[in-house]
Amino acid sequence: MSGQSVFERLEPLLPTVRKPVQYVGGELHAVTKDWDACDVRWALMYPDAYEVGLPNQGVQILYEVLNEREGVLAERTYSVWPDLEAAMREHGIPQFTVDAHRPVGDFDLFGVSFSTELGYTNLLTALDLAGIPLSAADRGIDHPVVIAGGHAAFNPEPIAEFIDVAVLGDGEQAVLAITDIVRAWKAEGRPDGREGLLLRLATSGVGYVPAFYDVTYLPDGRIQRVAPNRPGVPWRVAKQTVMDLDEWPYPKRPLVPLAETVHERYSVEIFRGCTRGCRFCQAGMITRPVRERSIDTIGEMVQRGVAATGFEEVGLLSLSSADHSEIGEVAKGLADVFEGSNVSLSLPSTRVDAFNVTLANELSRNGRRTGLTFAPEGGSERMRRVINKMVTEDDLIRTVATAYGNGWRQVKLYFMCGLPTETDEDVTAIAGVASRVIETGRAAAGRKDIRCTVSIGGFVPKPHTPFQWAAQLDHETVDHRLQALKAAIVADKQYGRSIGLRYHDGRPSIIEGMLSRGDRRVSAVIRRVWEGGARFDGWSEYFSFDAWVAAAEEVFADSPVSLDWYTTRERELTEVLPWDHLDSGLDKEWLWQDWQDAISEAEVEDCRWSPCYDCGVCPSMGTQTQVGPTGRMLLPLSPV
Amino acid sequence: MSRQPEGPPPPPVVQRLRVRYAKRGRLRFTSHRDFARAFERAIQRSGVPIAFSAGFSPHPKVSYAGAAPTGVASEAEYLEIGLAEQRAPDDVRSALDAALPAGLDIVEVVEAPPGTPALADRIEASRWQIVLPEVTPESAEAVLATFLAHDSVIVERPTKDGVRPVDARAAVVSAVVVPRESRGSGVVCATLELVVRHATPAVRPDDVVTAMRQAAGLSTPVIPVVTRLAQGLLDAERSLDDGALKDPLS
Repeated sequence: MSGQSVFERLEPLLPTVRKPVQYVGGELHAVTKDWDACDVRWALMYPDAYEVGLPNQGVQILYEVLNEREGVLAERTYSVWPDLEAAMREHGIPQFTVDAHRPVGDFDLFGVSFSTELGYTNLLTALDLAGIPLSAADRGIDHPVVIAGGHAAFNPEPIAEFIDVAVLGDGEQAVLAITDIVRAWKAEGRPDGREGLLLRLATSGVGYVPAFYDVTYLPDGRIQRVAPNRPGVPWRVAKQTVMDLDEWPYPKRPLVPLAETVHERYSVEIFRGCTRGCRFCQAGMITRPVRERSIDTIGEMVQRGVAATGFEEVGLLSLSSADHSEIGEVAKGLADVFEGSNVSLSLPSTRVDAFNVTLANELSRNGRRTGLTFAPEGGSERMRRVINKMVTEDDLIRTVATAYGNGWRQVKLYFMCGLPTETDEDVTAIAGVASRVIETGRAAAGRKDIRCTVSIGGFVPKPHTPFQWAAQLDHETVDHRLQALKAAIVADKQYGRSIGLRYHDGRPSIIEGMLSRGDRRVSAVIRRVWEGGARFDGWSEYFSFDAWVAAAEEVFADSPVSLDWYTTRERELTEVLPWDHLDSGLDKEWLWQDWQDAISEAEVEDCRWSPCYDCGVCPSMGTQTQVGPTGRMLLPLSPV
Repeated sequence: MSRQPEGPPPPPVVQRLRVRYAKRGRLRFTSHRDFARAFERAIQRSGVPIAFSAGFSPHPKVSYAGAAPTGVASEAEYLEIGLAEQRAPDDVRSALDAALPAGLDIVEVVEAPPGTPALADRIEASRWQIVLPEVTPESAEAVLATFLAHDSVIVERPTKDGVRPVDARAAVVSAVVVPRESRGSGVVCATLELVVRHATPAVRPDDVVTAMRQAAGLSTPVIPVVTRLAQGLLDAERSLDDGALKDPLS
């Protein structure tokens, strides 16, 4: 019998594993529907531990959108830790959903959301535990259709062997379109089997089916051509764009977990997309154009969401939240609504701007002022011109002085290391910036006990960005520069003790680099390293750089490609990139021009308040920027 | 000069309520921290006028009286809340129960009259039910007799700071075997009911099971399922062997 709960078999194992509550479900607002009353059934996965996966907005939105539909059922599944994985293998228990503990292999569709490429090995664990063949080619008509989504799906080639479909872009409407196709195919008696269904998905344009494209290679290892191998399958697959966020006010009833998770708050996306044009930022490039959610929808979602969950924190999410055309009114309106309650408001936006301090003051009107975060990303003004992060050092210092002067005790600054054209001096310049921050901050605050934390991450070039052609910096040089920065901070006798430095070693970024810009030949490396035990690669206690290097060496022996070939090699304009047939709307000519502008340190203004710079998205996708102001007000809801 | 929250201090506690709650089924895997978070959010959603402490991070006035170990079900956990406005205890019970997920259930709410002993002083022992799947009542009787014949059985419990010796026999006030049909299977397995005094270090039901393995040859092919049935003061008017407990809410 399909869809039977495995909980009775799982339960005796739970007392033997760490944090068993993460496997039992039972969250507030979780939905369990009658299996037999539904004809399209989705298992949705975030391929990381429950504590990270549960708060994921993407999965929660699709879960709610799907379960609202008659005859459609969606349940959630997360990666199980190795202790439970071992116990499940010993007792023959398959990958299960946490809602009704059903075997994932019994569902029609298995949708996996990838925010990061480091979740790929966890996909293989889930497939294997579910009894779904790892290779899409080995699956039969009764296996779920495995669908990848999320930002990493914009280059799904490294997992092309393991997935049936990738969906690029916004999921709300896409999952419903897929549901309709599956329902019709099932109602007609599943004509032409699995291939028939995949062909319908591919020809409709909603999904990219890697098996329907042949990739050929040049002798030097570069791609020669990517071409469809079935009639009616498009040469390029375009991303999905939801144009009216007010029509999709999800999540309405967010899941409230019993277990502790990484984010415990009601989050509302106040707009989607970003046209600031930071050249390293894949999210900003692939989610264009900017589409704002209106002030009244935001107000209603927040007030209803807080009432439905009991969360004490509200996050106003987006790629750069202070850029919402009515953010001032939103902040004031919400601060008024929650004045005198225990609900705190946060704006995880990080643009260096005095206005951000004003907003943060408003949002923390009667709360504690602990830390503010800004992201200059580049240590020197030259570096910031290269990445198109337009902020001068004086702006930065003025902004942090305002923050300290307004009672904030700690400022956190985000930077990247390994950016294109970067020199040792660009990174050590960060120490000088941090010293000025403390010097100015002590004067502004009138006290000495203020702190500045510098957080620095390794830069990974991403597909669909102007840096997609760039050479990734080798991890030895990254580590060398980070050590030099650390030494410079320690050597600062006057201010060094007020400056904290947080960084990671550069090696995981190299693996992420291969998985980000890799092609189908990387699938074999993922499989090999997973067979050797790789799991939870986003967790430093599990990640093994050496295992990945060994797997790549083994798989790529006697081939023109290598780990370095995928990462530290600069590409030419003429090279066919593995994701060229996947259409984010960005014009490749424009991306190349922006890459050239980066090298010559030329900046580009945001198209929201200056003329269009022809990135290509709006005309090719039939979309346009949607921003206010609406002139409307955020009104407190009267209690029902 | 540090910033202080503006405005008047929060309203004081005008009513104290004592709450008995249960952890049932799959939600027995919630830890005490998990329960506390869920309970405090449920208060927010329920609209029960909880009182808060002062300061930038106000905390709701909730105090917990111990907690069953993670993975152990319970019919008798206790806490006390302070309200900023008077409410009928039974209305609070139904509002909180409706706001909590099924499996975390509010069983009873009573008013705590001022000047009466605190919850902690109304609890000194627990009655535990330990279901032993695939163990026959006859063999359990034999195990129990052997175990009870000892005055003391020391077991080593692993803790964060290494193993710690615990006397799992001395704290046991009474123990009986009850036959029980295991989950609709028609097979009868043994169930122990123990009354265990709360001691320092605490003796947990799994310590007693370990002690029975160690000192009386108990074998448990399947992990036992444990439920706390009751807590309270040992009833001095009755024989200690009886293990009767006084309801802490009475």
